[in-house]
Amino acid sequence: MIAIIDYGVGNLFSLSHSLTHIGAEVTVTGGAEVIRRADKVILPGVGAFGDAAKKLRETGLDVVVKDAAAAGTPVMGICLGMQLLLDKSYEFGEHAGLGLIPGEVRPIAEVIPADYKIPHIGWNRLDIARPHPIFKRIKEGDCVYFVHSYYGAKCDASVIATAEYGANLTAAVAKGNVCGCQFHPEKSGDVGLGILKSFCEWRGEA
Amino acid sequence: MITKRIIPCLDVKDGRVVKGVNFLGLADVSSPVKLAEYYSQCGADELVFYDITASAEGRALFTDILRQVAERVFIPLTVGGGINTVADFDRVLKCGADKVSVNSGAIRNPDLIPAAAERYGSQCVVISADVKRVDGEFRVFAKGGREDTGMEAISWIKKCVDNGAGEVVLNSIDTDGVKGGFDLEMLKAVCDAVSVPVIASGGAGGVQDFVTLFNTLPKVDAGLAASIFHFGEVQIPDLKKALRANGINVRL
Repeated sequence: MIAIIDYGVGNLFSLSHSLTHIGAEVTVTGGAEVIRRADKVILPGVGAFGDAAKKLRETGLDVVVKDAAAAGTPVMGICLGMQLLLDKSYEFGEHAGLGLIPGEVRPIAEVIPADYKIPHIGWNRLDIARPHPIFKRIKEGDCVYFVHSYYGAKCDASVIATAEYGANLTAAVAKGNVCGCQFHPEKSGDVGLGILKSFCEWRGEA
Repeated sequence: MITKRIIPCLDVKDGRVVKGVNFLGLADVSSPVKLAEYYSQCGADELVFYDITASAEGRALFTDILRQVAERVFIPLTVGGGINTVADFDRVLKCGADKVSVNSGAIRNPDLIPAAAERYGSQCVVISADVKRVDGEFRVFAKGGREDTGMEAISWIKKCVDNGAGEVVLNSIDTDGVKGGFDLEMLKAVCDAVSVPVIASGGAGGVQDFVTLFNTLPKVDAGLAASIFHFGEVQIPDLKKALRANGINVRL
């Protein structure tokens, strides 16, 4: 069973249905016990980093996610959920993340040319930096759907894919049994469903 | 490089797609769910559903249909039509919409865009403007293009973006339905005025119109059309191949 963590941030409709669509058993939950028993954990998120990190801490789910990661359960963060896996963020101040993957979250404006639009929104090609089990169905040239204004920085050792937008922006990270996608696999058509399916099959090996 | 988006638009009334469609191999062509699945398989980058229902019953039916689409189609979905309050945003977002487009609602209520952007983020709020030339200026029209608001369009659109709209759909009433190509002059004026994505709508008659659009105005992010897709005059896979052959970056 896959637990999608519900901590009051964002719309989980498409994510839960995309997993159901590929045949996974899914629970959308904020219950610590349910998450502890789950085979896999997905940390979603939209909105501002500070608010989301605060909600995770207030609900005590930050500890539950860290425990799951420490116990070897495969964990995937999506969009803001990926950013929350890193050490800290500089979105509206400085906020601590979960620290499961070394790195920090910084504005894409710092690295892209001034005439590029922000947010980075739309379909962009996934450039695989390092083969990973969640990408086993990915083909050369496959595109995924992005919506973000901040990106994972100083996480080079964990970057498994980038997307070119005036700079090579972090598109996905992984370390041990924890991974994260900056893009939305649940909105990336068959390519995205393939990534979710591969995550469902993943046992957490690096 | 981010790809240029191709977006079919479906007008839905009382749970059915209006104007009809003419596809080979599709038995029930007025089912929004089947059409959405078809377009997604064809390589559409996003879908827009426009609710043209007037009744409360029709509105409930629309959200039910939207939910069915979002359960099966996993590409970005934008919903427009009848969006007048933040509660309307909430209603469609809960059913699986990713973005919400406002038109007359934003003209009637100037607080709608800032309130929605604060609550759901700018990436969620689309300003859709129906624009027509009147007395040598671009004017915003309301109520599906029937009513001249008297407002100058470019400054109105800029104000909407400053207030939090994260994307602009520009529908030129002058070129809509004519099939003589997109309104490049009007689009350029909008692209020069805002720094958010701009979606061109109104006037596409064939593949070449999209090629001309993206080659002439590289700042346009997407092309939207309805009937030419619904009637099979332009097949999305053919369109994307032609765009790529002309050096325009698209998702194949």
